[in-house]
Amino acid sequence: MSQSYNRGLIEDFGRWKEFSAGMWAWIFHKFTGWMLIGYLFTHIAVLSSALTGPEAYTNTIQGLESLFIVRVLEVGLLAVAVFHILNGLRLLMVDLGVGLDAQDKSFYASLVLTAIITIASVPTFMDGVTL
Amino acid sequence: MSTQQQEPEQPESQEAPEDPEMRGAESPVDEREKAGGDIDQTTADRSELEGETILIKVFRYDPEVADKQEPRFDEFHVPFEKGMTVLDAVMYARDNYDSSLTFRHSCRQAVCGSDAFFVNGKQRLGCKTQMADLEHPVRIEPLPHQEVVKDLVVDMDHFYDQMHTVEPYFQSEDTPDASDLEEQRQSRENREKVKMSTRCIWCGACMSSCNIAAGDNEYLGPAAINKAYRFAMDDREDADIKEHRLRILEQEHGVWRCQTQFSCTEVCPKDIPLTEHIQELKREAVKKNLKFW
Repeated sequence: MSQSYNRGLIEDFGRWKEFSAGMWAWIFHKFTGWMLIGYLFTHIAVLSSALTGPEAYTNTIQGLESLFIVRVLEVGLLAVAVFHILNGLRLLMVDLGVGLDAQDKSFYASLVLTAIITIASVPTFMDGVTL
Repeated sequence: MSTQQQEPEQPESQEAPEDPEMRGAESPVDEREKAGGDIDQTTADRSELEGETILIKVFRYDPEVADKQEPRFDEFHVPFEKGMTVLDAVMYARDNYDSSLTFRHSCRQAVCGSDAFFVNGKQRLGCKTQMADLEHPVRIEPLPHQEVVKDLVVDMDHFYDQMHTVEPYFQSEDTPDASDLEEQRQSRENREKVKMSTRCIWCGACMSSCNIAAGDNEYLGPAAINKAYRFAMDDREDADIKEHRLRILEQEHGVWRCQTQFSCTEVCPKDIPLTEHIQELKREAVKKNLKFW
């Protein structure tokens, strides 16, 4: 055979408008997974302030919670975690071979549930913080 | 429908052909596709298309022709006729405009699996995709993630290698005695179980749609795993051969590479539930290795 032409990752990222439900679910699951891993490191950093004493820990927490951006990030963290949990349940069903015909619907359902839970959590997370 | 022998000046004669064989657009399969929303794009109004020409943009590449060494898209205006498929359109373009336009095709009825193209951003079988169901202009490209040899022709060697890796043929040590003319029967239930997996036509659409296969050349890919499923689930094969098959599948680049994106299941022109079969083989592999003592 003569020379051939490698088109590379032709369809992968530029064609996001043509992605199907299963593809979006996969992308969101990867993304939320990495976000949760990233959060774990900051979580450990905050918790380890307790090593220097109870006051240091309390001060750190209170200092962080008084910041508006931290409250917003907490809402984001909840959204990420809830989606990862719900889509994880969906993937569990897929692994068990249950309802594979409805995999796109279960993805949309997990998105909607995530949105509802996130919006419902906003008053709690934003309680008593000012800009 | 064949466009080869027709003159381009008589599109009217193609309306409502007498021969029932020619009524491609009215087949039950097409009706089911329309009802099931299989075609995910907004479709052009059919009545608008009658007697009109459709613009197709076809990927061109030829390493042996100087001005085609840099890939480009060529545009062709193809007269639309009822029941026209993507394959009909590129055949019309080849026969009437540019005889160097190259693509594989053979049976034109979704059996040979030669003409899988990347049509409007999705892997489809050219002979099974109605032009009327597509958004216009129609962009026709060779399958992604495979080397382009010329125009719409891609190098299928890697795909065939993966297919052969899973030993896609029936193997059994104790075949019945041929002198007795004894048949090797399969139960109806077992036949039902493997029925969908036997429909594979080796078109390579699933493999081309799979992101994991694109990034991992050693991954068997949906088609090969489906082929392995067809034999691993066949009751007529002995247990040790099934175990041998599972040993091939449970390797690092076997079933475990599948991350259930459902891309292959979406594009399969024969509606094989590929992800379901891969998941079932994953469970079989776990069951084989799980020991509680």
